[in-house]
Amino acid sequence: MGAKLPDAATAHSGAQHHSGEAHGTVGGYITGFILSAILTVIPFWLVMSGALADTALTALAVAALGALQIVVHMVYFLQMNGRSEAGWTLSAFIFTVIIIAIAVVGSVWVMHHLDVNMMPMTHEDARTLP
Amino acid sequence: MALDSNLQQLLFGRLTLEALPLHEPIVVVTFVGVALGGIAVLGALTYFRLWGYLWHEWFTSVDHKKIGIMYIVLGIVMFLRGLADAIMLRLQQAIASGGSEGYLNAHHYDQIFTAHGVIMIFFVAMPLVTGLMNYVMPLQIGARDVAFPFLNNLSFWLTTSGAVLVMISLFVGEFAQTGWLAYPPLSGIDNSPWVGVDYYLWSLQIAGVGTTLSGINLIVTIVKMRCPGMHYMRMPIFTWTSLCTNILIVATFPILTAVLALLTLDRYVGTHFFTNDGGGNPMMYVNLIWIWGHPEVYILVLPAFGIFSEVVATLSGKRLFGYTSMVYATACITILSYIVWLHHFFTMGAGATVNTFFGITTMIISIPTGAKIFNWLFTMYKGRIRFEVPMYWSIGFMLTFVVGGMTGVLLAVPPADFVLHNSLFLVAHFHNTIIGGVVFGLFAGLVYWFPKMFGFRADPFVGKIAFWCWQIGFWVAFMPVYILGLMGVTRRLSQFDDTSLQPLFITAAVGAGLIGIGTLALVGQFAVGFLRRKDPAYADTTGDPWNGRTLEWATSSPPPAYNFAFTPVAHDIDAWWDMKKRGYSRPLTGFVPVHMPHNTGMGVVLAGLATVLGFALIWHIWWLVVVAFVTLIGTAIAHTFNYNRDYYIPAAEVAAIEDNRTRLLAGKVTS
Repeated sequence: MGAKLPDAATAHSGAQHHSGEAHGTVGGYITGFILSAILTVIPFWLVMSGALADTALTALAVAALGALQIVVHMVYFLQMNGRSEAGWTLSAFIFTVIIIAIAVVGSVWVMHHLDVNMMPMTHEDARTLP
Repeated sequence: MALDSNLQQLLFGRLTLEALPLHEPIVVVTFVGVALGGIAVLGALTYFRLWGYLWHEWFTSVDHKKIGIMYIVLGIVMFLRGLADAIMLRLQQAIASGGSEGYLNAHHYDQIFTAHGVIMIFFVAMPLVTGLMNYVMPLQIGARDVAFPFLNNLSFWLTTSGAVLVMISLFVGEFAQTGWLAYPPLSGIDNSPWVGVDYYLWSLQIAGVGTTLSGINLIVTIVKMRCPGMHYMRMPIFTWTSLCTNILIVATFPILTAVLALLTLDRYVGTHFFTNDGGGNPMMYVNLIWIWGHPEVYILVLPAFGIFSEVVATLSGKRLFGYTSMVYATACITILSYIVWLHHFFTMGAGATVNTFFGITTMIISIPTGAKIFNWLFTMYKGRIRFEVPMYWSIGFMLTFVVGGMTGVLLAVPPADFVLHNSLFLVAHFHNTIIGGVVFGLFAGLVYWFPKMFGFRADPFVGKIAFWCWQIGFWVAFMPVYILGLMGVTRRLSQFDDTSLQPLFITAAVGAGLIGIGTLALVGQFAVGFLRRKDPAYADTTGDPWNGRTLEWATSSPPPAYNFAFTPVAHDIDAWWDMKKRGYSRPLTGFVPVHMPHNTGMGVVLAGLATVLGFALIWHIWWLVVVAFVTLIGTAIAHTFNYNRDYYIPAAEVAAIEDNRTRLLAGKVTS
């Protein structure tokens, strides 16, 4: 009595003419697992050993490795590539990255301008004005 | 006594008898009216034994057509509430002049303008847009249903759950007094300590889950379930705009969810994301909510553009002018809508560089929109135009929306915006685009697809009354508001000392009254159509009452549960027009069983639990929060083990339905 069809309408859709979804291989999953493990161990090592003297630099490195690991997960576990689903997985991913970049970079830009242009919020800030 | 009050707090949280607004006569009278009306409706449903019918045929249905109609009913019901709010606001501003306080106190007035905005955007425009997409899009692409039929039902009920919470706030406690986007610090716990903002937060969060799920559902449907031959550049424009709208929904609603969650944390657990002390910054809220808020505008208007494209092409008897440019204009608007958000707060203090950038991007977005207007005009040019009601709305839209668009470009100039920001000019501008664009589009779509949904037409005469009342009412209601804004009157004021403003406010109130009459006629045209549904002038036996061009007109009106007995094949942009031209004949034999999903009541149950959860969170009834949350998650998981989800409509039944249609087409039976 295993799982039956997920949804009847999906099963009978007219989707047959699209190129199908990609399927993972054992090798791919293992590669992904090893890469993820390495990308997890490095940040731990960076923080615990203090290899980079600067904490800000360490934080940046951890964030960058985290972002890299997202890509590893997308490629090896979610089978994102230029061919699966007729390229939709890849283009959806690129679109997502663009939207997040617009939101993050735009917010930082706007908030930086507000910070530069507006009155200091506290007495501390007022005293340290250039 | 102390023990009693502790026990009461444990059991009911902040909810006490004083929470009922018995001291507000207007609310009490409204409550009595709603209660009597509600009892009458419930009594009638019981008397006519309609509960079983509603439950089995509608509430539990996973059929995209029925869910679409339920979304539309929700939108129209909430529209009546939002319109009542609007008329109250207009009356108050017309009366409260030269020292008179009007008939609404400030606390009540502030709730009404907040509720008006929230309801009109989230619980009127969104359900109507989603409802039409749900109904029409799968038919246009020749699909049997949406990709995830149960999820569709759940999305609808979650949206309803949010609407129910907003309606409860009218009679239990209060609604937010913050304006429709609830900016902190006003919406923070210090300035809004009671339940109003919490009603706002939780109703939007629950409805937002529904909207996001429905967005995912409809994207997958369009990407995966188009009929053979319908590649992207053959999709009807309404399907294209649906695709872009749902992409916008999926990309931006998480931002709304996140920013509301941060405000919720500020209010519930004492974080400082948006407070001035503790390192927070309320301006970050304004920035984030508009990163969602501006694309939201296009989420609403893109489907309306799609509707006009269908209506204008069909009722001009011509192929749409510039199909490709229409697709690219839609895609351009989709992308550009992400990079204009700062124009909502030019005056917040960003520098000239930032304001210039966002001012220019805002002006650029009017280019693809203008291209669309020209495409519709050129479609009509030398066309055989039939002046049916949807065409009235389309022409009214073109005239009205262009003015709204131009005042928008005016507001996009940062120095001009510094003068007009937060004024009634802005209020007039966005009502001009939303009424002239979204609302006229939705009404055009409702009248256009009404025969497809029910098998008979809406009454054209009453429909034209609705159009003229709305069209004239709009100009009478909002031109004075433009003028008042240019004179420097700011928005959201409940009283005006300067009596010289009063004539303009009275004029605006008269316009609102005309719109009210137009709304009665709007509902009336469907009622009159229903009464005359057997009349051959109203009944649609062909399934193609407008001599349509796209695939939704290829099936019967209303379509059978399975939409198409055989999946159609598209050979052209206007697939159905092409089929008619090539002398397509319906297959009359060889029907096969149709695989269908089962109805399920689980959507109602889950959304009901979500409503209880939201209510408990709003009133701090913590034991109920835990119970509702655990039950909600448990029920959802339990439902995944239900494997009895599909069945087959036997070939004989399909044949019987199709044979009946054959007889109808031959004109032998008139039912």
